[in-house]
Amino acid sequence: MNPRNKVMSIDDVVGRLESGMTIGIGGWGPRRKPMALVRAILRSDLTDLTIVSWGGADVGLLVEAGKVRKLVYAFVSLDSVPLEPLFVRARQDGTIPEIDEWDEGMFFTGLKAASERLPFLPVRAGLGSDVMVNNPDLKTVQSPYDDGETFVAVPALRLDVALVHMNRADAHGNATYLGPDPYFDDLFCMAADQAFVSCEQVVETVELTADTPVQRVLLNRMMVSGVVETPNGAHFTTCTPDYERDEAFQRHYAAAAADPEQWAAFKERFLSGDEEAYQAAVADFAKEATR
Amino acid sequence: MNDITRADVCAAAVADAFKDDGEIFGSPMGIMPMLGVRLCKLTSNPDLVISDGEALFLGDVPPIFGKPDVVEGWIPFRRVFDVVAYGKRHVMMGATQIDRHGNQNISAIGDFAKPTRQLLGSRGAPGNTVNNRTSYWVPRHSPRVFVEQVDVVSGVGPKRAREAGAEKYNDIHRIVSNLGVFDIKGADDTVRLVSVHPGVTVEEVQAATGFELALPDGEVPTTREPSAEELTIIREVLDPKGLRFKEVPA
Repeated sequence: MNPRNKVMSIDDVVGRLESGMTIGIGGWGPRRKPMALVRAILRSDLTDLTIVSWGGADVGLLVEAGKVRKLVYAFVSLDSVPLEPLFVRARQDGTIPEIDEWDEGMFFTGLKAASERLPFLPVRAGLGSDVMVNNPDLKTVQSPYDDGETFVAVPALRLDVALVHMNRADAHGNATYLGPDPYFDDLFCMAADQAFVSCEQVVETVELTADTPVQRVLLNRMMVSGVVETPNGAHFTTCTPDYERDEAFQRHYAAAAADPEQWAAFKERFLSGDEEAYQAAVADFAKEATR
Repeated sequence: MNDITRADVCAAAVADAFKDDGEIFGSPMGIMPMLGVRLCKLTSNPDLVISDGEALFLGDVPPIFGKPDVVEGWIPFRRVFDVVAYGKRHVMMGATQIDRHGNQNISAIGDFAKPTRQLLGSRGAPGNTVNNRTSYWVPRHSPRVFVEQVDVVSGVGPKRAREAGAEKYNDIHRIVSNLGVFDIKGADDTVRLVSVHPGVTVEEVQAATGFELALPDGEVPTTREPSAEELTIIREVLDPKGLRFKEVPA
């Protein structure tokens, strides 16, 4: 008997989400982001979300679309474009109701605590910095041993839902990353009540380790609620080795985002239809660029 | 070698910040820190552990942003945090603001609730500064960067670290700018001028700094010029394309 089949559609995933949920988005900055699922949230009527992310364009787009009530992040960047223009504008206009800016190590620790079902874990990161001032709910804890040292008690970043994008997955939820870095996608899944994995390709289980070491099977099916095949679904972020970041498109995005008129045209061209329409518009954009 | 540029001097000054570190992870952010760290590994500290800034420890020393021929380890983001906590790391970060007490800001300018300029976010600066040796690189020294008090404390200077009980591993080592080299060893843990780059006066540095700099006893030394060997490495091996001049124009 095979374990159950969890393959679903993008719309099925969005159907499992509710307004007001806390959603963790995997990947890192502009790398291996579940962008097809993010785009589907943009099209939905979901609202009041708490977004937990090593932020890239996922954060910029969701914030600009008014989906975010609270943002938990340590940075938001597109790497080759250091500052995410939509996020920057939202912060400067004060349109994100609630902001939790943490240190990156704290962020990692909060996910670990959630994945281990602990209320908090102690770290040094944050002590003495304005992270403690700007997040007045953060508390410290004293070592019960002779050293008596003080630490930040990083609260668990418990998630209702995790969304991650992997290179390959089987129908049951086992999934591999084939690029250089796993990022924190397993932690996101373990920190969440439900985890949905989009991937470049759904393959047979045996194929997951056919040409890559077993250590790359980052996600086990017990951590995963659903699997969606979304080819080019991380676009325009990296999905090494399937594809690198679409720098030309990212430049276009960043330039458009900086100008309200151009931004309206960008949205009309790329974000007004479904994922298939998006991919067709991107292919058209690439053709235009090489002409 | 009378054609030594300011950028070459900065590269050697960055290299010197890492020369006594021994066998630890030298972790640079930005062009000049990457150049200086690699220069250090090829000259004064061959034990230094370096990465491609992505997920690989490099077994050789390729040009900046170049691909290695030899890989000696794996350092994905999650393991960076392990090394931060382990402590065997020296990071050189950028800084949008640095204040008199060596606090750094890369988060936001103005009121945090509604900033006039949103920056990257605090990234790993709070954790770096209370866990491992931290230095800063400032390519354009000005009173807008070197301020009396930062708007948001991302990286923690020694005074605030002590006040928070986090001084144990706080080690703000050097600030290298396009004008000089600094530490935080002035009275009351304040930024102190260590040396001025060749052709720069103490008065120029002070005029470009938004607070009163602590000065060393006696005459302020001049930052050393890179050796002929170092110049060859900088120009022919590590940065033949002259990327360093994007940060510090010739």
